[in-house]
Amino acid sequence: MSDAPTFERDLADVPTSAFGSRSLTWWGVIAFMAIEATGFALAIGAYFFLMAHEHSWPPEPWLPPDLLAGTLFTTLIVLSEVPNTLAKHAAEKHDLPAVRRLLIVMAVIGAVLLVLRGFEFNSLNVRWTDNAYGSVIWLLLFLHTTHIATDWADTLVLAALMHTREGEEARRFTDTSENSLYWRFVWLTWLPIYLLLYWLPRWAP
Amino acid sequence: MSAAELARDGPTLHGPELAARLERSWSRDPGLLGWLATVDHKEIGRRYLVTAFVFLALAGVLALAMRVQLARPDQNIIGAARYNEIFTMHGTTMMFLFAVPVMDAVAIYLIPLMLGTRATSFARLNAFSYYVYLAGGMLLWIAFVLNVGPDVGWFAYVPLSGPEYGVGKRADIWAQMVTFTEVAALSVAVVLTATILKQRAPGMSLDRMPLFAWAILVTSLMVIFSMPSVALASGMLLSDRLVGTQFYNPTENGDALLWQHLFWFFGHPEVYIIFLPAVGFVSEITATFCRRPVFAYPVMVMAVVAIGLLAFGLWVHHMFATGLPRVGYSFYTAASMAVAIPTGIQIFCWITTMWLGRPRFDVPFLYVVAFIVTFVIGGLTGVMVASVPLDLQLHDSYFIVAHFHYVLIGGAVFPLLGAITYWYPKVTGRLMSERLGKLSFWLLFGSFQLTFFPMHLSGMLGMPRRVYTYPAGLGLELPNFLSSIGAFIVALAFVLFIANVFLSLRRGAIAGPNPWKAGGLEWATSSPPPPYNFAHVPSVGSATPLWDGPLKWMSGLRVDEKEMLLTTVVSARPDLREPVPEPSIWPFISALALTVMFVSSIFSPWAVLFGLVPLGVALIAWFWPKQLEPTAEPVIE
Ligand code: HEM
Ligand SMILES: [Cu+2]
Repeated sequence: MSDAPTFERDLADVPTSAFGSRSLTWWGVIAFMAIEATGFALAIGAYFFLMAHEHSWPPEPWLPPDLLAGTLFTTLIVLSEVPNTLAKHAAEKHDLPAVRRLLIVMAVIGAVLLVLRGFEFNSLNVRWTDNAYGSVIWLLLFLHTTHIATDWADTLVLAALMHTREGEEARRFTDTSENSLYWRFVWLTWLPIYLLLYWLPRWAP
Repeated sequence: MSAAELARDGPTLHGPELAARLERSWSRDPGLLGWLATVDHKEIGRRYLVTAFVFLALAGVLALAMRVQLARPDQNIIGAARYNEIFTMHGTTMMFLFAVPVMDAVAIYLIPLMLGTRATSFARLNAFSYYVYLAGGMLLWIAFVLNVGPDVGWFAYVPLSGPEYGVGKRADIWAQMVTFTEVAALSVAVVLTATILKQRAPGMSLDRMPLFAWAILVTSLMVIFSMPSVALASGMLLSDRLVGTQFYNPTENGDALLWQHLFWFFGHPEVYIIFLPAVGFVSEITATFCRRPVFAYPVMVMAVVAIGLLAFGLWVHHMFATGLPRVGYSFYTAASMAVAIPTGIQIFCWITTMWLGRPRFDVPFLYVVAFIVTFVIGGLTGVMVASVPLDLQLHDSYFIVAHFHYVLIGGAVFPLLGAITYWYPKVTGRLMSERLGKLSFWLLFGSFQLTFFPMHLSGMLGMPRRVYTYPAGLGLELPNFLSSIGAFIVALAFVLFIANVFLSLRRGAIAGPNPWKAGGLEWATSSPPPPYNFAHVPSVGSATPLWDGPLKWMSGLRVDEKEMLLTTVVSARPDLREPVPEPSIWPFISALALTVMFVSSIFSPWAVLFGLVPLGVALIAWFWPKQLEPTAEPVIE
């Protein structure tokens, strides 16, 4: 047997779960958000790059997208921040019944948003094959839809998980809290895209 | 069972008994399934390394083929079309499948050891990234063997790669290979960033972090902010080719220059993504072989950060020949020259370290010297072509081929070979042969100059890059012939290096934990390290803890469960105990599902939709927590 090494401190009393930047999950979510935000920023850059080639936006004779579906979508996704914040707070208070309820609310909202998104694709008044303008607005809408879909799937799985005995584990509350954080990112990135898709073509000459 | 009764390391549990119990918790199942399910960063790092070297060998063979074809004028051993494929495969393989992944490989293996932790963050994501990388490489090379390899150059400019001129599947293969390697590189970047920020040993505040870790942190952030660009660009290329979008089609008001902007917004940082890890190697090796910490640590750190930032302002210098606005020219010329400043400062710091120390000219250090010499030459030609009038002359000539091989081989491959020689004893437990190492070093250094120096001349004499032959009588015979001779000696030197790697596995001198008497934490554990890296948590008080006398430790991590310590971001105070994921087959299956989806999407866009189903299932299985253990700890607030 070797002699015992010198120990400065015993770590047994160090906790095993925490929220926010103390947790590893948070850093993972932030890193993926950085990657995706860069992707959005570059796609938006491409939008302006292509816009600079046109005399009018949308190019003649295309019409801007119809407003209804997109605006309903935007209203709902902004309002979804209310249950989203409640879910985050419930998770941070380890309030399991509330978390269970609110995750189901979020899952339902996600499903409605996906349906509305389908109508949005239908109201763009241009196809992706028509010209570069069409391609880039389809691109932006498509990119954002992948985020809605990913977070929706994530919420479904999490909701299921929280209804098992797993839900009682402290780490699952961290997961819920970070899922809410990600959803904030999803709806915040939507706002500039909404303007670029629906309003800039109305304001631009 | 209460929290107090759980088995933990400490004064009552250490030495062989602790080692045996940790071994039981941390080792994986034997056999193929266990092999595929591993999440041990050391195993994954080794696989990355071996795979990257296989791709280096394949791309190297193609380089030799090109040099055979170009050895003499007017030859027709390789036809024009095949030559296009070969230089495309060489460049693509070297950049996407060798240079970036090989740096990831070393970082994945070493970073947790250097930081004194037991695993990387997100260990399963790490495993997943390897399989995705492997699949992307196999896609490219199987396509090449089946005669559908890409032939559009390593940067696949549109319109050549677009639907109109790039008929067939060749360009699709290229673009989808990019998607694979980006998914892998981004995953690794996330893993490494989180590991470096959250898992440093107690006391290893940011200003005590090894310079290699700084280099990898900045590199990973660069990956995070640059790789989405090429992923987006190649996604748009694929959709132009497969579903008829018009991003790059000028007749529908798309623009081919959009491709160049997006590609080089990634492509220029890419060079530094390859170079900065090498800066880390050089710093570690210099410190150890000069027996003192690198001179002016804060300046070195600032230089690394400055390079990382500046690299994002330079992409336009690849497009000087496209006719940009005047102001653009001046700005990007200035920025391109400015990046020479932090690089120059670093070189100055290393040389000062050598000056102040007592350098020991063992093989790793020889590679450092070769790096400095070669990289300075490559940097000088770089500053030359940063000036627009000269670039317009030399653009697309062999002068450029000479320049970037000086930078890439001198700036990255030499330090890499030095790093492999330096850390080989940590990985294998034995030292590489010094004699064989010196022989292959001198052979490589000499033959490298012989191969690439004459390319400056053939370039200035007017030889364009990417041509399969050249006429006699223009003075191009001699430089080309020398380059070809040199290339074969380079290959011989590599063969000797690899032979040394294999021979030393059996015959090398036993290394012990710290054969070079180095100061970093990776040398505080046995060689090779056990699956759990460290039996206790090391605690550090300087950037070179092993040079400060006996190491101090902290105890109290779980023994029968895989557990590691998280610390605070800046000052690295102990903060949380974090479970480490068990081995799992699901990252492998997820990578497989992703592969099926990506590859079949080349043939039908619907594959994306249908491919999502198996991928989703695999991902859910991956993230679903394992069954609650009876020993799970009560929640501690
Ligand atoms: C074994 C030593 C090597 C030799 C003899 C060699 C030779 C060559 C030659 C002759 C070309 C020019 C093809 C042409 O323009 O016609 C070339 C292109 C290239 N090489 Fe290498 N090379 C070597 C190693 C490397 C390494 C280690 C890297 C990167 C880490 C690399 C990256 C590239 C790239 C990116 C291109 C440009 C491909 C393109 O034009 O699309 N090479 N190499
Ligand atoms: Cu560049």
